Formats: sequence, structure tokens, C-alpha cells
Amino acid sequence: MTEPTDLDVREGVDRETVETVQNMGSYKYGWDTEIEMEYAPKGVNEDIVRLISEKNNEPEWMTEWRLEAYRRWVTMNEPKWAMLNYPEIDFQDQYYYARPKSMEEKPKSLDEVDPKLLATYEKLGIPLKEQMILAGVEGADEAPAEGRKVAVDAVFDSVSVGTTFKDELAKAGVIFCSISEAIREHPELVKKYLGSVVPQSDNFFATLNSAVFSDGSFVYVPPGVTCPMELSTYFRINAENTGQFERTLIIADKGSYVSYLEGCTAPQRDTNQLHAAVVEIVILEDAEVKYSTVQNWFPGDENGKGGIYNFVTKRADCREARAKVMWTQVETGSAITWKYPSCILRGDESQGEFYSIAIANNWQQADTGTKMVHLGKNTRSRIVSKGISAGQAQNTYRGLVSMHPRASDSRNYTQCDSLLIGDKCGAHTVPYIEVKNTSSRVEHEATTSKVDDDQLFYCRSRGMDEEEAVALVVNGFCREVLQALPMEFAMEAQSLVAISLEGSVG
Amino acid sequence: MLKIDNLHVKLEEEDKQILKGLSLEVPAGEVHAIMGPNGSGKSTLSYVLSGRDGYEVTEGGATLEGEDLLDMDPEERAAAGLFLAFQYPVEIPGVGNMTFLRTAVNAQRKARGEEELSSGEFLKLVRAKAKDLQIDAEMLKRPVNVGFSGGEKKRNEILQMAMLEPRMCIMDETDSGLDVDAMRLVSDGVNALRDAGRSFLVITHYQRLLNHIKPDVVHIMSNGRIVKSGGPELALQVEEEGYGDLLAEAG
Repeated sequence: MTEPTDLDVREGVDRETVETVQNMGSYKYGWDTEIEMEYAPKGVNEDIVRLISEKNNEPEWMTEWRLEAYRRWVTMNEPKWAMLNYPEIDFQDQYYYARPKSMEEKPKSLDEVDPKLLATYEKLGIPLKEQMILAGVEGADEAPAEGRKVAVDAVFDSVSVGTTFKDELAKAGVIFCSISEAIREHPELVKKYLGSVVPQSDNFFATLNSAVFSDGSFVYVPPGVTCPMELSTYFRINAENTGQFERTLIIADKGSYVSYLEGCTAPQRDTNQLHAAVVEIVILEDAEVKYSTVQNWFPGDENGKGGIYNFVTKRADCREARAKVMWTQVETGSAITWKYPSCILRGDESQGEFYSIAIANNWQQADTGTKMVHLGKNTRSRIVSKGISAGQAQNTYRGLVSMHPRASDSRNYTQCDSLLIGDKCGAHTVPYIEVKNTSSRVEHEATTSKVDDDQLFYCRSRGMDEEEAVALVVNGFCREVLQALPMEFAMEAQSLVAISLEGSVG
Repeated sequence: MLKIDNLHVKLEEEDKQILKGLSLEVPAGEVHAIMGPNGSGKSTLSYVLSGRDGYEVTEGGATLEGEDLLDMDPEERAAAGLFLAFQYPVEIPGVGNMTFLRTAVNAQRKARGEEELSSGEFLKLVRAKAKDLQIDAEMLKRPVNVGFSGGEKKRNEILQMAMLEPRMCIMDETDSGLDVDAMRLVSDGVNALRDAGRSFLVITHYQRLLNHIKPDVVHIMSNGRIVKSGGPELALQVEEEGYGDLLAEAG
């Protein structure tokens, strides 16, 4: 007999999905917050790079590192190989630095915090105690915490506004802070690992990020430590015409484990906004990192106006033997998505997994996938990608599986399924496979199907309306990936799937 | 309960008339059987009544307790109390059977302005009903109809029927693909649901199902119409003599 608790949760999740579909507007996070912001002048040049570095009180070596990246960036061209169509981006017509004015001095109590900032967190569903900490109220960290324990780092426009549970994490030896703080407080770690997975010269967007990144999160888990709670970062773009460039660096030392969640939202605006983040993960011997993302940047309206341009470089380096990484992403937002979370399987017997749901509705375009680079012996990788296209959207899976000569006896399994809703959208699968030794094996399975009319009719004949039926069938299609997410995220993701597909039928 | 009047239906895609003036009335509390040779339009009738796309009603109509059925969306018909047990139940990968059932039950309750069932209430109910049909917890957790045997699929249809408590149940060849034991389970499930406020329209090729589910009236269907109606003895006659004489007699 099954225990009811197990079922209760699963059942609750689905009911929530259905309710969400019925109750919600098309983009839940579309509000914007009128907070007084401090901007750097528009455009990017060496002075702006220096200014950002100075605003973050960075040491000289960091300023130089940024300038080096900037000088390289001006010689580079924007990549054009992705199946994406968007007007030329004027990189000089963007703000590269914005932060809430209230962050200049730390507030002493909740009363001093800009109430609008607090309201923002509340709308994002962050609990009050965490709101206090995020708002930078001194001493808030000592107040007892209730409910689930997830340490949060919130990045509001370009600035990390606060991190929760720092003390408790510190007891376990885990460092979780903003990257600007890490640059000041833990320069030895940052110097050693920053740019070691995604070098300054990696690609156009990563190089720009290296020059102008303003903040982001930093995690270090010491040898043998299992991080006592899940870590998460909420990214919020609020200011208009402002590019957001966060940089995240995660280091899992030998034998450690950490699960990291990333959530993203942005206001509904009719101009496009640029987001170019870099995430680097270093995983040493026997360590394991799980990185989950629910990306829900504003996708633009039903006519294709507005939305975030999301150009992201995410890479994990399984640097030593038996290191393990698992990427799980639910991509429902952004007008343009250009994102390939990758695994460098350098250590022998290291493992990489990539689970992805990419939903593109209306005029969204997504070109996303992964790279599995097998360098070590006996390395394993697994790719499960579920792409859903609706409206006029174009959804491309682009993936590389590469088995190097040294990577003997390695394995990859790729499963790549596309689902089409309606007859004006497109799904494309572009797998690149390179095998340079004779003992490795690569499997690739791909399917493309239309949402099945018989399934929809079956659901409707049992009383569900068409949108409920689509949400149920699509959630079923994505199940393997949803199950890879931590529970809190799985719920959010399930309702997101339903919301993102609103208006896709009928 | 269900009243079908001079129903003419053609396939949307090809100009082919399937139902040619079918009339039928199933009063509340009665079980009616429709028998007929292949291609007489039995399955079309069940699909048209439940609202599947691809059919065009060219003449006549159908009402459920006085309400025009053919005007409603499939989900509205379901909420109004119509249920079709499919001849070929559809597989929905990744969606747990329990999730499916609960979504359906609550969607109907919501449409009727009733309170949704809590997880506790729902679980209690589904377990009791599943037990009667010998459906175990494992089968409730598996994805809808995926990897189910023929018998499991049909039992699952009856479970849905039991949970949704429709007033008008149409069963489309529920006996096809069932062995003797499964047929008994399914029939027991159906018989347990019989009451004064609920009607059944049982579509079948064979008389044997009607040994278990005793009909009040048997209709013989041929070439898109009801050609003869009578008591249960009509089914026995078909079993013994085949359709030949009956159809010849009806002209």
C-alpha cells in the first residue's frame, strides 16, 4: 500500500497547476518596482569598467582582469550561428550598472528599508525573515527561522542585496556570499578559480560579462562537507534599459556536495533587455553539484514586443576523478534564449547530466542545449531534453557530445523530444557528435510529435477544459525532467509549464 | 434521460454519411444495448454524443435531460453527466493515473459549482472504488493506460466511471479484448453503479456481455439506423441466428 503523504504531495502539485492556469494572468512577475536607482552613464568603455570595479571596492588585480577582458571584447564579433533572429543589439545604448540607492548604507532595522524593496521580495514569494536579511537589516540573521531552509542570495539589477543563513552555513565551513564580497574577502579562492572554467576569452557574451559583471553569487564548499541546506539565488532585472551581467562561481572541494537553485524574473516592458550571465562550477575529486534553474524572464507579449535577450554561458568542470554534476533547467521565459550549460568531464569516471525543459510560446525563440566534453576515461553523460513549441515560436536543441582520444570506455545517452502545439511553430534538433576513440559509445534518440488530439479529447471527455488538458499532457511529457528538480522548484516549474502555454490552444 | 432524434452525421473530411436518421430514447434508470454488424455506425454514435472532432451533424439532434448535447464542448457534456467508456482507452505518458482521475473529478465539480475534493477525501474514495475493481495501488500510480493490459484498461475506464458518477454512461465495446474473469469484474463494476437515476447505453458485438449486464431494451443497428428494438431475447436471437435474417426482415 502506498503512503498517503507521498501521493498528497504529487496530487497537490497538480491541483496547483490547474488552479494556476485558471487564476493567473499571462506573466505573473510582470510588475515593476519604482525604486530610486543609481545608474552609471550609458554605454561601455574602459572608464565604465573601472567605475564598476570601483563601486564594488575591488582590488587592483580584479580591475586589471576586467580591463583585459574588455580589451579583448572590443576585438570580438557577436556569434551568429544560432537559429535566432533579432535586431542588432546596440551595446552602447545600455546601462551597465544600476543599483538601488537605498543600498548605499546598510539599514539598521526593517523600518529603514525601502518598503518597495521589501514588497518586491514579498511578491517573489520570499519569506519575511529572509526578506529582512535580503534587505540588509543588521542582526536579522540571528532571528529564528521557520519553515523550509533555503539560503537565498538576491541579485536586484546588478547588485547582490543580501544573503541569508550566512552564519549557519559558515559553521559548516560553507562560504555563500555575493561575488563582490568574495573578491574582497576570499581573494585566494577567486584568483584561483575565476575564469578557470569559462576563460575571459571564451565567447563574445562571456567576455563582455568578464569586463562588466557587477555581482552574482559565490559558493565554496570545503572538502568532505555536505552543504546543510539548498542554496539559491533570485535574479531580478528591474531597471529599464539595463543589462544584467551576473557572475556565479561555485567550487565544490573534494568529497563535498551542494545543491544550488537559481530563479529569474523581470518586469514586463516593451523594450528588450539584455542579460548575459556566466556561471562557472569547479568540481573536485568525488564531489557533486546539482544546479537547477527556473528561468522565467519576461518573454515578451503575445505580439512579440519586449522581452529579455538571454545570452548565458554556463559550464561545469569535473576537474578530478569521480566528480559529478547535474544541470536541470526549466526555460520558460526570455524573448531570445542562447544557453548551453555544459560539462567538461576531465576527471576519470566523472559524470555529467543535463535535464532540460524549454518552452517557447508566442514569438519566443530558444536555441538551447548542452555540451558534454568527455576527456577522462570511463566518463558518463546523460542528456534528456524536452522542447515544447507553441504559437509562432522556434525552439532549437543544439548539443555537442565529444569523446576525446583519451576518454576510453566512455558513454553518452541522449534523448531529445520535441512537442509541437499548433501549426505555426517550429522545433529543430541539431546534435553534434564527435567520437575520437574506439571504445566509447554514444546513443542519440530523438522524437518530434504534435500534441496528440486523442489525448486531449480523452482528457476533455472526462471534464477538463482544453487548457487544463494541454497542461496535463505537457506536464506528462516533461515528467522525467520535472522529477529531477528539488521539490519546491518542481511545483513552481509545473505551474510555470501551464502558465507559459496559456493561449496556445483554441 | 438521453433522447436522440433523427440523427444524421457525416464525416467532416470525406463526404460520407454514417448515421442516417437514428432515433433512440433511454429513460432514467434503464440499460439499453445497441448491437449491430461491423460498420453500422455504433462507434460513430458514441463519439458524436461525447463531442469528438471530425463529425458533422447534418440533421436531427440529441438531448441529455432536455439539454441540447450537440451544442456543448466535450467537457461541458462530461460535467452535465455524460460519460463514454472508450473502446480504445488513450495512453497519456508521464501523467499518473491518480493525478488524471483527481484532475477530472475536480474539474467536473468545479464546473458544477461544487466544492473540490481534498486529497484525503479523494484518496479514501479512490481506494475504496479501486478495490472493488481489483485495481491495486501500483496501477493507480502508473501513467494513464501506459503499459496496461486490455483488461486493465477497461477496468480503469470503469474506475473513472465510478469516480465521476455520471448519469448517462455510454460503453463502447467494453467487452472487446476481455477474458472471462475480466468481463465479470467489469460487469460487476457496472452493475454496482446501476440505479434509478443512472442510465446506460451498452454498445457491443456480442451477446455474452449482456449475460452479465442485463439490458432492459436491445436495439439492432444497421447502416446508420436502429432497425429493430426489443427485449433481452433479441440479443439471444442475434447470438443464435446472426444478423442476416433480422436485417432482411427489417428491409
